[in-house]
Amino acid sequence: MESRLNLNLDLVAKARASAAKVADDVQEFIDAHTTVTVERAVCRLLGIDGVNDVDVPLPNVVVDHLQEKGILTGGAAFYVGNAMAEHHIDPQQVAERVSAGELDLSKVPAHSETEVRQAVAPVVEATLARINRNVGSRNDFLKKFGDKEGPYLYIIVATGNIYEDIVQAKAGAKQGADIIAVIRTTGQSLLDYVPYGATTEGFGGTYATQENFRLMRAALDEVGKEQGRYIRLCNYCSGLCMPEIAAMGALERLDVMLNDALYGILFRDINMQRTIIDQYFSRVINGYAGVIINTGEDNYLTTDDAIASAHTVLASQFLNEAFALRAGMREEQMGLGHAFEMDPEIENTFLYELAQAQMAREIFPKAPLKYMPPTKFMTGNIFRGHIQDALFNMVAILTGQKLQLLGMMTEAIHTPFMSDRALAIENAQYIFRTMKDLGAELTYKEGGIIQSRANEVLTKATDLLAEIEDLGLFTTIERGIFADVKRPKDGGKGLAGVVIKGAEYFNPFIELMKGKVAAQ
Amino acid sequence: MSSGLYNTRKTDFDTTLDLTRLKPYGDTMNDGKVQTSFTLPVKDDARGEEAARQIAKKMGLEEPNVAFHQALDKEFTFYVVYGSCVHTVNYEDIHVMTVESDVMTMEETNEYIQKNIGRKVVMVGASTGTDAHTVGIDAIMNRKGFAGHYGLERYDMIEAYNLGSQVPNEEFIRKGLELNADVLLVSQTVTQKDVHIQNMTEFIELLEAEGLRDRFVVICGGPRVSHELAKELGFDAGFGAGSYADDVASFAVTEMVKRGMK
Repeated sequence: MESRLNLNLDLVAKARASAAKVADDVQEFIDAHTTVTVERAVCRLLGIDGVNDVDVPLPNVVVDHLQEKGILTGGAAFYVGNAMAEHHIDPQQVAERVSAGELDLSKVPAHSETEVRQAVAPVVEATLARINRNVGSRNDFLKKFGDKEGPYLYIIVATGNIYEDIVQAKAGAKQGADIIAVIRTTGQSLLDYVPYGATTEGFGGTYATQENFRLMRAALDEVGKEQGRYIRLCNYCSGLCMPEIAAMGALERLDVMLNDALYGILFRDINMQRTIIDQYFSRVINGYAGVIINTGEDNYLTTDDAIASAHTVLASQFLNEAFALRAGMREEQMGLGHAFEMDPEIENTFLYELAQAQMAREIFPKAPLKYMPPTKFMTGNIFRGHIQDALFNMVAILTGQKLQLLGMMTEAIHTPFMSDRALAIENAQYIFRTMKDLGAELTYKEGGIIQSRANEVLTKATDLLAEIEDLGLFTTIERGIFADVKRPKDGGKGLAGVVIKGAEYFNPFIELMKGKVAAQ
Repeated sequence: MSSGLYNTRKTDFDTTLDLTRLKPYGDTMNDGKVQTSFTLPVKDDARGEEAARQIAKKMGLEEPNVAFHQALDKEFTFYVVYGSCVHTVNYEDIHVMTVESDVMTMEETNEYIQKNIGRKVVMVGASTGTDAHTVGIDAIMNRKGFAGHYGLERYDMIEAYNLGSQVPNEEFIRKGLELNADVLLVSQTVTQKDVHIQNMTEFIELLEAEGLRDRFVVICGGPRVSHELAKELGFDAGFGAGSYADDVASFAVTEMVKRGMK
């Protein structure tokens, strides 16, 4: 796509270089540390699953045990592997014995690193084989049915009950939805464990559990075969369990994950050190599993002003890109986020929205951009709301957005009815059909409002990234430069779960997954 | 249906406005015209359409017209229905509880505080319980405010603290004491299964258990919050959709003065 905005490409390069520097600085810190959820994710990938008699997930039992004994620094793979080598049992049996109090991992005689690695290797290979098969099935579906051209219609279900979610999701898929996201229950992001089993009770959403993932995956495959389309499944790889959710998603073939490098820090008050380490492993896994991640820049605009703070969105997109690259992710998997959130009372905001969406398209040409609908200025006037959503859809088709989260006219009233979703899909399909090639017909006036706006936002984002490069990421967040939210380096939730890696530490999954895509 | 489609005018009703017998208005006084839309879990056919018509009749709609029907799934159909409502209400007899304070501008509120309280007023707000949405509390508190109404952080005579989202009630109260708050602002956006009511009830119970209820002016807000609900739950006031910082600030400071809080 040729530049319609006449963007200053030197500034783009400068901004990207600043973001790279920021990410490199933090990467040293990431490489030196691990966290409780990183190690629980390792347990899950080693096949440890289930709960004890008081419903504590076994990955938590094992990792809490390691932490209690002061040996979490060695990592779960080492200590579980060591017990496997000693007792000739599988990881699940290790976990069960730890849970029963029959096995103290700090007391198992130490085997050599080679022996430990040999003990875990077959299990690691079996897990990778399972993920390879999942990615293979996705590829087969896409080959058989073809992939959707133009924006993916992305809808959310959120009943709290996975079985009710399935009814809604299937109906949505039949109406034309391409991506179904099962929104999580309010507050799950702050749980330092992943609940177990199929669930039927949740507030404002449904628990993300591996069984719920499996049930929804099966339902979408069924309806997809019927419709002759591949229906993608999306969940939320954020909060205090980022890498565990990524692991579960890889095991159950999720296709899309909300997965922002900074979101948890800013919007959930999760400790910044914790999130930065967690996001890394989660993205290594998502990268390998061929998952498209969605980043959360749209959230900046719900707390901050969409016109004045547009450059923070772009700056964050550059940072998310830099962090994702360092986790070995391909650009084609980076669903960088932004949103249509300007005040409809202000003149020419449609032009600004168009400018910014086109700008993101041109700066991140391979990224399947995620575009979020109006929420902040949705009023309960469903009739105007439907038009706001229509304008949002127009910007999307004109600028080649890819993951189009459909706006609901009943936004700000209730979680969507089945009919709200159907009307939203109809709205999008109508606009995407009738304006399909309009974007390619348009050029923007040289030095006009749209070109000037894009370049203004780019300039401010470049300046901001230079400032962040000077300050470093942690200090930037401490000063409240993103979304007007200040977070102290040692504040927030989850810091107690961060430990420095010891000499014996190894994570076989990072070694094998990073920078690779399954089944290729 | 088609015969009636272009002839929606019934002429045999009285077209003078009578507030003791109030009815919806379409294009003629007392025509009672309303529109409604809903989904029935049945397939899209003539029988489903008749079911929609009968539902509308039971809702009190005379001569219901199923203007549109469309299958959402094999066993789900969406209907748009028009009809004339047979019910009336006596408008003269209706009294509702609203927040009774004159809304002052930011400047007037600052002056009012200076004159009547003589020091800065401390207001602490949060989206409490499990609620992760800050859109409401931000609209009231953030410096730039919302829809042209400046937020509390911009008021010279107000010291505003926005604690963000998912603040547990205990922690919110503790923080209120620590910051020496005069006013506590509770925001609730998620209302699924009435989680907001449980949470707000718990909040008031905690305050009462610790003997702190009178220590603060306590205000709640959110899209599904009404003043009546707030009073019922034991808050001093509640603000629903379309309320801004000036509404909240005006009420809070006049309530403080009324209660002799200095």
